[in-house]
Amino acid sequence: MQWLVQFFSSGIGKKVLMSLTGLFLILFLIVHLIGNLQLLKDDGGQAFNLYADFMVHNPLIKTISYGLYFFILLHAVLGLLIAAYNRKQKGQKYSVSNSQKTTWASKNMALLGILILAFIFLHMGDFWFKMKFTDQLNLQTYDGVTVKDLYARVSVAYQELWIVVAYLIGLFALGFHLWHGFQSAFQTLGLNHKKYTPAIKGLGKIYALVIPLAYAIIPIYHYFFMK
Amino acid sequence: MSDLHLNIKVWRQNQKNDSGHFETYKVTANEHMSFLEMLDVLNEQLVREKKDPVAFEHDCREGICGTCSMVINGQPHGPLAATTTCQLHMRFFKEGETIVVEPFRASAFPVLKDLVVDRSSFDRIIQSGGFISVNTGQAPDGNAIPIEKDKAGKSFEAAACIGCGACVAACPNGSAMLFTSAKVTHLGLLPQGKVEEEKRVQAMVAQMDKEGFGMCSNIGACEAECPKEIKLENIAYLNRAYLKSVFTGE
Repeated sequence: MQWLVQFFSSGIGKKVLMSLTGLFLILFLIVHLIGNLQLLKDDGGQAFNLYADFMVHNPLIKTISYGLYFFILLHAVLGLLIAAYNRKQKGQKYSVSNSQKTTWASKNMALLGILILAFIFLHMGDFWFKMKFTDQLNLQTYDGVTVKDLYARVSVAYQELWIVVAYLIGLFALGFHLWHGFQSAFQTLGLNHKKYTPAIKGLGKIYALVIPLAYAIIPIYHYFFMK
Repeated sequence: MSDLHLNIKVWRQNQKNDSGHFETYKVTANEHMSFLEMLDVLNEQLVREKKDPVAFEHDCREGICGTCSMVINGQPHGPLAATTTCQLHMRFFKEGETIVVEPFRASAFPVLKDLVVDRSSFDRIIQSGGFISVNTGQAPDGNAIPIEKDKAGKSFEAAACIGCGACVAACPNGSAMLFTSAKVTHLGLLPQGKVEEEKRVQAMVAQMDKEGFGMCSNIGACEAECPKEIKLENIAYLNRAYLKSVFTGE
């Protein structure tokens, strides 16, 4: 196993870990979005509450969710360590900076990541933590099945302007993070070829726009139309 | 033939561990001079004034050796794309302009004096594996080993790297991935070099890490500033070759 330790301690190995965890989180974003779009349903939260109950009790989902928490932490911690190391190894900055053909996002991935991490803490503290570890949520019974009313908690949260604004900031940061991260993940894995790289870059930009926008609809819709 | 009156704000540092500072000099330079010739004029002026001339590296002055390392107005080798400092002419600057000249910055490239940095870390990366081992003896026949045109072309493009270090200087992470990947691609695409690729990639990546270069985050500043237009695809090649050597290597 020494070879594996050696691999993950190399610069490329660490970046491969960032890439793989990043790609996993990119996939997670789709699954999470599809589930949560049920918050837009006008059924008093029945579909969403049943779905949320399934997500916290299904053993397969539970197992994957532990992987997800681990990958989020790994991606965040390793990313910050890499950024700190790179900063140190760059040493003194130039007095004039004039970088060509580079995106702002690509040079600020750590800052964007910190914003996203802060958002995740706010988001999980408000919903996931209350759902899993407290009895703060009311109970709702649908066809004899009693579940926690997470929908009500979400709905109340999205009536607060500051929460909606915080979500929009988090999603804005996510969009920029994806703008660079999506295609960068493939480059790190060595996948750069004229056959498919233009498609990956195009898809990455669409993804970075569409996914955060679709997420943003949920709090905005609740704030304005579901009082 | 018109003269330019310039303010040259240049980094002065006496030796390796000094803190260093900027000094501004007035220089009158002809528009046909190269940037290095303009610095020569400045240095003659400084010598006449019994001052220490600005130390900078130069050798071929024809854009192929990669010695002339400096950052001009925030860009390694100055504002012109695909051009080394020695091939940059003063006609690309404006009358009365203040030009800021700094050394390449990266902790793996420590400043020795003024604009001179120690780039021996690149030499050690090459020594670790950037070569093809051959037996001595008679020279092989030309074209004895067939090489596909496409591969020869790509290899040649990567071989255009002159090892100047502009990629490291431009990289906000101080990463040497573009340089190392150019060497790995150049050798790895040829049948003579393919044989030792696994060993080469492992050794060169290990040496690159050991020298304290940062990690690549695919920003692309290196590609934008490279005077020989080495492409980011080379870095993907290196990543691929490294992964292959780690997971499927003999």
